[in-house]
Amino acid sequence: MKKKQSLLASDGFVSLLSSIICILIGLVVGFVVLLLLGGEKAYSDGFKQILLGGFYMMPSGIGKEIVTAAPLIMCGLSVAFAFKTGLFNIGAAGQYTLGAFGGLIFAILLHAPWYVCLLMATVFGAVWGALPGIFKAFLNVNEVITSIMFNWIGLYGCNTIMYGRGSGAMYNAKQSKTFPVTGDSLIPSKIFGWDMAETFSYKSCTIAIFLAIIVAVILYIVLNKTTFGYELKACGNNRNAAKYAGINERRNVILSMVIAGALAGFGAGLYYLSGAAQWIPGDSTALPSEGFDGISVALLASSNPIGAIFSALFISHITTGGGFMNASMFPPEIADIISGIIIYLCAFSLLFRSMFRNLLSGSRKDKVRKKQTPQVTDTPANGPAAADGKESE
Amino acid sequence: MAESEYVIEMLHITKEFPGIKANDDITLQLRRGEIHALLGENGAGKSTLMSVLFGLYQPEQGVIKKNGEVVKINDPNDANDLNIGMVHQHFKLVECFTVLDNIILGVEPCHAGFLQKKQAREKVIALSEKYGLRVDPDARVEDISVGMQQRTEILKMLYRDNEILIFDEPTAVLTPQEIDELMQIMKNLAAEGKSILFISHKLAEIMAVADRCTVLRKGKYIGTVNTNETTMEELSAMMVGRQVSFKVDKEDRAPGEVVLDVQHLTVPSKLHKNNAVKDVSLQVRRGEIVCLAGIEGNGQTEFVYALTGLERQSAGTITLCGNDISKASIRQRSKDGMSHIPEDRHKHGLVLDFTLEQNMVLQRYWQPQFQKGGFIKFDAVREYSDKLIEQYDVRSGQGSVTVARSMSGGNQQKAIVAREIDKEPELLVAVQPTRGLDVGAIEYIHKQLVAQRDENKAVLLVSLELDEVMNVSDRILVMYDGEIVGEFDPRQVTVEELGLYMAGAKRM
Repeated sequence: MKKKQSLLASDGFVSLLSSIICILIGLVVGFVVLLLLGGEKAYSDGFKQILLGGFYMMPSGIGKEIVTAAPLIMCGLSVAFAFKTGLFNIGAAGQYTLGAFGGLIFAILLHAPWYVCLLMATVFGAVWGALPGIFKAFLNVNEVITSIMFNWIGLYGCNTIMYGRGSGAMYNAKQSKTFPVTGDSLIPSKIFGWDMAETFSYKSCTIAIFLAIIVAVILYIVLNKTTFGYELKACGNNRNAAKYAGINERRNVILSMVIAGALAGFGAGLYYLSGAAQWIPGDSTALPSEGFDGISVALLASSNPIGAIFSALFISHITTGGGFMNASMFPPEIADIISGIIIYLCAFSLLFRSMFRNLLSGSRKDKVRKKQTPQVTDTPANGPAAADGKESE
Repeated sequence: MAESEYVIEMLHITKEFPGIKANDDITLQLRRGEIHALLGENGAGKSTLMSVLFGLYQPEQGVIKKNGEVVKINDPNDANDLNIGMVHQHFKLVECFTVLDNIILGVEPCHAGFLQKKQAREKVIALSEKYGLRVDPDARVEDISVGMQQRTEILKMLYRDNEILIFDEPTAVLTPQEIDELMQIMKNLAAEGKSILFISHKLAEIMAVADRCTVLRKGKYIGTVNTNETTMEELSAMMVGRQVSFKVDKEDRAPGEVVLDVQHLTVPSKLHKNNAVKDVSLQVRRGEIVCLAGIEGNGQTEFVYALTGLERQSAGTITLCGNDISKASIRQRSKDGMSHIPEDRHKHGLVLDFTLEQNMVLQRYWQPQFQKGGFIKFDAVREYSDKLIEQYDVRSGQGSVTVARSMSGGNQQKAIVAREIDKEPELLVAVQPTRGLDVGAIEYIHKQLVAQRDENKAVLLVSLELDEVMNVSDRILVMYDGEIVGEFDPRQVTVEELGLYMAGAKRM
């Protein structure tokens, strides 16, 4: 019964292609902005760096790119996982903050081994994800609102505790940062005898990236191969039908927020326990950008866990590249502008997808004009319903 | 030729969608002042044809003529300009507006930017008297009956001086009395020179009211017949392409022990402060089909929600096969032997973006047959789904991997029926299982219900369709305003009598 489908017209290929188109348009617009700012230097001092990313400064640039990518993958997975289950986890930033907090407590104060610290980062993130989930499940409070508020509660709360009026146990007043993570609490950089930090001559380049990739693969399997994933997706697609099928949809809402939070917390652990940065409690107005970049990563990957690996690498690539631009001429946020445009275009990716699908399958489809009152009450079998199906939700 | 015989002609219309010819050389000619029925199964191309008439689709071939002259309809505004109006199956009314406001919406009479409601009111009252359309212009739409809402829709068309009136399945939501009234209104309108296109798959109504009938099947034009020269059997054979029996064949059976016992069930309403279901008690036995009849919104939905566990009752007990399931979870009820064909197949019955096979195991993916250690056994799922598709003749583009959303309504419903029946329940709760389906599918589903009964299962059928109620059930309970107001034997009661109970005019 399985209908043969050419590789070119397959769904995966079409979404990949539409993502690539989004990226290309984003890059073009970014280039135009650079042209406006820097004229003839737009390429040599700006765009070149963005295109090359970490490769602009071998090998440490690549190390930096890898280090930035790991938390991005995790935050992307956090958002993507919630998306798959019908929730919008805009609270990844707060969960990430809590994850950093939890990891650092165990690393700096207790000098626990890195895997314990990482586990605690995950637990702290999970708790912070659970709270909006509980509100959603029992009081039907929109998770977007609660998780935004929990972002700030988490950030200010953690900062206050870490700062401790300037004498917090984790706070190094001389540098206005937390103390560095040392010894066993650092995630190792050696894997099967290969020292990543040495290869890339970048100290904080650790096996974090592999841990992130492993989690992405596990998540892919959970979502696509298990009954648990089936239940979560059923809840996400049609909560009423899930309830009708006897699935405990409240439990699932909370669980998916717990998992989403755990993923973001794990990501923070990967970053801070690699020693990539120290927390700056005084910098209290800024939520960690990884949480929001996670939304970009998830959108660009169409919420596919495996896709999130690549889209995180890409975002990390252009962000790293943005840092190498001639700072006197171009603000590094150009990279953010480009990723912003790409994400904006991703919203149109459905449009691109149907365009490509028609182009590639070689069939022509009339433009269906959706005017104020659609006159169609029951659509002909397998006819336009098949083609327009996506629009109706 | 000064005046054409036909007010609207759609000649040799062909409309293709990728992979399917929705309309294949279809001709429809509407005479001035006639009631013309358009008959066809779901997916026969009726809606596509009407969409072409309204300019929503452009046909690949064919022309549309108004009064003998070729016209081009590019969008619904063009259709309005040609005085074509339509009453949709689902009314397009603003609930919190009054009847009058709804009628003038979009064509408000203005003077220097100020509404001239007085003028409009006079015109509406004049129209409603002329055609016998009883409405209260100042009532809010949310407060009036479905029948009056429909009359409001008709007045909307008349207010716009529409000459060609299209009724899309207008009787689906009405009581028998309201249907009679509507038939009379349609005849009045035709007598006044309006031309009516009546889309339906209810043959009795077509025979009663239409002058001529055009039949479509699978996108093809089958023919146009005068209704006084044909029979229901002939029409249905034209529509389905084979003989269909209207009578549901079933033998009398003596019901066995009680499977479902509901006592004093009370369910609060979500819409208002009163209870939606008030102290209802009923029993369903093995080998019988009990039908809960009534007009939409009289507590049937809430009753079923409480029965199946989707909502909690405020009082009363439910016993299934001797187990008290009053507080049991939905999954537990399902395990105890309850199957539920839900009223709204899109809201509850299917996850539309899942594939057919994923939907087929929606109620049993957790059983050892389909999973091991939490991992889905995809081969077993595929095998099971293929089996159900074969056994229950569920048709779809790509079999098990078809996305449910892309299937036709009838086949979606068949998939749900297959899933729920194959669970081998003790009690089958079927809520409006044939809503919106064509004769062939209805016949099929009725047969399945009777087969369940004959296998000594208990069936609770909730239906708004009187034909279904009369034909399929062994016992009829009428629900009105949250209470059971009558119990009947279908062999000893007339449709008219039932209608009086359903409308609340009589009670036991």
